[in-house]
Amino acid sequence: MSRFITQSKKYLSFFRLRFAMSLQYRTAAIAGIATQFAWGFLELCVFQAFHRTDPEAFPMEFHQLASYIWLQQAFLALFMTWFMEAEIFESIMDGSICYELCRPINIYHMWFARSIANRSSRALLRCFPILIAAFFLPAPYKMSPVSDFTTFLLFLISMLLGLIVTVSLCMIIYMLSFFTVSPQGLKILFAMTSEFFQGNVIPLPFFPSRLQKIMELQPFASMENVPLRIYSGNIQGDQALKAILLQLFWAIVLTVIGRLICRSAMAKITVQGG
Amino acid sequence: MKRNLKHTKVSPVKLYLHYISIHIRSIMQYKKSFLMTALGQFLASFNVFIGIHFMFLRFHSLAGYSYSEVLLCFSIVLMEYSLGECVARGFDTFPSLVRKGSFDRFMTRPRSEILQVLGSSFELTRIGRIIQAAIVFVYGTVHSGISWNWSRVLTVILMLIGGTGIFCGIFLIYAALCFFTLDGLEFINILTDGAREYGKYPVDVYGKRMLRFCTFVIPYSLVQYYPLTYLTGRNDNLFYAFIPLAALLFLVPCFWLWKFGVRKYKSSGS
Amino acid sequence: MITVNNICKSYKAAKRNAGFGESVRSFFRREYDVVKALDHISFTIHDGETVGYIGPNGAGKSTTIKILSGILTPDSGDCLVDGRVPWKNRIEHVARIGVVFGQRSQLWWDVPVIDSFELLRDIYSIPPEIYHKNKDDLTELLELGELLRTPTRQLSLGQRMRCELAASLLHSPDILFLDEPTIGLDAVSKIAVREFIVRLNRERKTTVILTTHDMQDIEAITKRVILIGKGRILLDGDISEIAASGDIDRTVAELYRTYDI
Repeated sequence: MSRFITQSKKYLSFFRLRFAMSLQYRTAAIAGIATQFAWGFLELCVFQAFHRTDPEAFPMEFHQLASYIWLQQAFLALFMTWFMEAEIFESIMDGSICYELCRPINIYHMWFARSIANRSSRALLRCFPILIAAFFLPAPYKMSPVSDFTTFLLFLISMLLGLIVTVSLCMIIYMLSFFTVSPQGLKILFAMTSEFFQGNVIPLPFFPSRLQKIMELQPFASMENVPLRIYSGNIQGDQALKAILLQLFWAIVLTVIGRLICRSAMAKITVQGG
Repeated sequence: MKRNLKHTKVSPVKLYLHYISIHIRSIMQYKKSFLMTALGQFLASFNVFIGIHFMFLRFHSLAGYSYSEVLLCFSIVLMEYSLGECVARGFDTFPSLVRKGSFDRFMTRPRSEILQVLGSSFELTRIGRIIQAAIVFVYGTVHSGISWNWSRVLTVILMLIGGTGIFCGIFLIYAALCFFTLDGLEFINILTDGAREYGKYPVDVYGKRMLRFCTFVIPYSLVQYYPLTYLTGRNDNLFYAFIPLAALLFLVPCFWLWKFGVRKYKSSGS
Repeated sequence: MITVNNICKSYKAAKRNAGFGESVRSFFRREYDVVKALDHISFTIHDGETVGYIGPNGAGKSTTIKILSGILTPDSGDCLVDGRVPWKNRIEHVARIGVVFGQRSQLWWDVPVIDSFELLRDIYSIPPEIYHKNKDDLTELLELGELLRTPTRQLSLGQRMRCELAASLLHSPDILFLDEPTIGLDAVSKIAVREFIVRLNRERKTTVILTTHDMQDIEAITKRVILIGKGRILLDGDISEIAASGDIDRTVAELYRTYDI
């Protein structure tokens, strides 16, 4: 137990440091918020134009889409896969990873904690202004409040699982870059694939119907797709529970895979000496 | 040994081409990294393209525009942006030029600062996007049933020139603002990346107010919506083919702002 | 001739504090310090002179060089370099000067040095005959030979500095500014650089203004030294008078202590 506490303290201090660092960039934060707000607004304008063209073909209620888009903008930092830790890649590339290995800390846990800290501190700093402003927008664009408490609870659980799935996917990429000649190419391919298949370019309900069924099963759909659709009421009841169970499944499978690759990566380093 | 003779100045165009040849020789040293980045550029727009494709599978048209017309619009804007970024990348990464002291170095050379910043970078990796834009453009023209004549070809060329100019102008504004503050310039992304992402649909899709903004504030619609009406035969007035040239006037205030920024830099040095 | 008369320059610097609480506070309010980089600086340098410009870090050396090379405009005061005001006729001015920043390369990183030279030829619009003569002379003097065919990134620091010097002199400038040209060099390269500068000054009558922390540079290259501290000129005179005792490092350290800089 005491070991757990000291370990947690280490991770907490990482978190505090990161948070303080982000705070220093005051104007940058405000501009970032404004940018994401504008982005979300333009996104809604596009969908509104499609909605006007053919309301029948629209696969979700417009207010559900509005909530989806605003949550997506507010929590961008939690799920974006092009937002990876440059430092980690560098330490792998230039071999300074060896110093990290000397520290009395599990490298998988440390990087995992660091990624969670980085993502959540960035998201926390930015989400509230965006969400609050989105609530006060006029009718078709406004963000709707969550329908009931249970939904909200499910949303929170699903957010957490989505973050874990996101980070464990990124961890797999970090670990694989020990083995590939071109981490850059790997990173690009991963970022682009996950961006599309998690519903960042267009939400999964807008995919062609048959494709959508399959797409909802793949790991990328367990990132932002589930929590955002639970909140907006697009997935409800049993469906929501199933989606969360699937998230849990992917969270476990991906972390296990990540740790296995981590172990063989460490073995590779120890054998080759970096 | 002192040199007093007046020698003819090497022309800016020749000097710029010399810069480009240096960049291409540099790229050859890092072929793999170049190909990877170009691939990334290609994939990023490919996502957008698939997004449009899926949306049209469901909706078939958008505010009166057909799939192929939207593809034309998407590909032309993408090409305008990529060309702008390829040429004016030095302004887009301006803070690092200042940090590395390169800008100080430029000031110690007998050439305009703008020419040297333009020469400092030539982002050939944007070829990834340009290739994609070209493919989509060809597909779009084949299916849109546009009957090509010289004035329509000219319209496309002028759109590319004007659009590249606008994006260069925005990058120039960004660099000029860097002289005053480095904080908070992320909002410029709306005008660059945002214009590329949302410029895939003709501006009037976003409503009257947006059209007005994109005509009088940042003149995107001069290189997109208006000439597009001529290109797609919605409008027969040849005047619309030449509208993109007016977009180049946008460069004038951008240039003033830059000059103002350089003066500020000279008095504060940071 | 360079005349500098009562030049002043101050900067505004944002205070940035460490610590969690401090960073939260500065999120809302930011404070500034005004730093006087140059405080009524005056001196005159004649054609063909070599001058060592010394002082501790942050004394104002770089600011002076930046003003003289047309990068910065001073808050007040005058300055004339061969009849030109550096910050007013920038392009005309910089065509006649050469600048070497010891810690920053002006050569293009990934291409052979000769490619950089050729680009500089076009930047400065150097007539072909002068370019070839200068390039050949400098190649011989600095023993560049094979280095010209090597990409800059593969050069050692000493080799690179020799190429940097050549690059700054291709257009036959009347004045050469050297900002810490020997920083980080090994002994052999240092000596080569020093000997070259002395020779350049003797043979081409190029005015040389040199900032450095290495007092052996000063001893080898120049007679006249200007000592600056906290933005003011503290001493301007012959090095042999200042360092009569012999050990120049010790003397300068003493000077810094005397003036509390």
